[in-house]
Amino acid sequence: MRWFWIDRFLEFESGRYAKAVKCVSLAEDYLHDHFPQFPVFPNSLVIEGLAQTGGLLVCEHNEFTEKVILAKLPKVEFFCPARPGDTLTYLATIEYQNAEGAAVSATSHIGDRLQARAEIVFAHLNAPWLGTFFSPEAFLSMMRVFGAYRVGHAADGSPLMPPARLCKVSGNGNSPQRTNSPQGEQP
Amino acid sequence: MPTKDEVYEKIKVALTDALGVDDEDIKPEATLVGDLGAESIDFLDIVFRLEKAFDIKIPRNELFPEDVLTDQKYVQDGRVTDVGLAELRKRMPFADLDDFAKNPVVQDFPNVLTVADMCRFVESKVQVTG
Repeated sequence: MRWFWIDRFLEFESGRYAKAVKCVSLAEDYLHDHFPQFPVFPNSLVIEGLAQTGGLLVCEHNEFTEKVILAKLPKVEFFCPARPGDTLTYLATIEYQNAEGAAVSATSHIGDRLQARAEIVFAHLNAPWLGTFFSPEAFLSMMRVFGAYRVGHAADGSPLMPPARLCKVSGNGNSPQRTNSPQGEQP
Repeated sequence: MPTKDEVYEKIKVALTDALGVDDEDIKPEATLVGDLGAESIDFLDIVFRLEKAFDIKIPRNELFPEDVLTDQKYVQDGRVTDVGLAELRKRMPFADLDDFAKNPVVQDFPNVLTVADMCRFVESKVQVTG
């Protein structure tokens, strides 16, 4: 299993907000233990999904130059459980950002119903040993898997593009030009 | 221009939101670490909230000069030297360091900052009236 707790981005505006979706499926193994005969999507994984939505938003705005980690959850509230068959829509908005990190507000909705609400603080870390775990290419790959470049746009409304320096480094043939294919950017 | 009372009220909101403490726990003499339970990562959160609330910039090490405490020039055997204390006083004119100076153990330094210190710090960054 991969540590992906959103399925794809629905909307993405660089430096402002991102909307992502997570479909909860009974085929996911952990639901059979959480809980036997009464599967509930764990709230901790809702937080992880909100953090991935907001974290990638912050990373992208920094052009993947910072090692962004979830530092703190000043406030989290849950209003109802998420069950198999539910589609969670996550919305993360950057409330504040500086050279040290970012504060993000985030919500999870099931349809029109507010399922959870959180404040998330992300920190930029510069510890050299983190380099092994935080590669810009890995974040870029996640952005592509989640379809951020298919739906995203920059603050000026132009299509969201991966940083040219990372396209060159990865050498994967993906140019920073937006494609017109139905699938758009491929992972 | 905010008044001193307005500065205090905004700091109170920032601290209650960042630290999850009750309103009545916030008193001028309360220390951020000892009385209000702040941990190192909370300072990042507090700085975000203060910068946003007052539209100011707080560069790293300005509110809490960690660089002095990790510099061998200013610290010996886990204690801040006289030169180090002078540097801290210069860098933190908003803080009352007299008690800390009596037994300047580096480990105790995080407990120095009080709510009143935070108010003086912010007042030094914004023009206050009244």
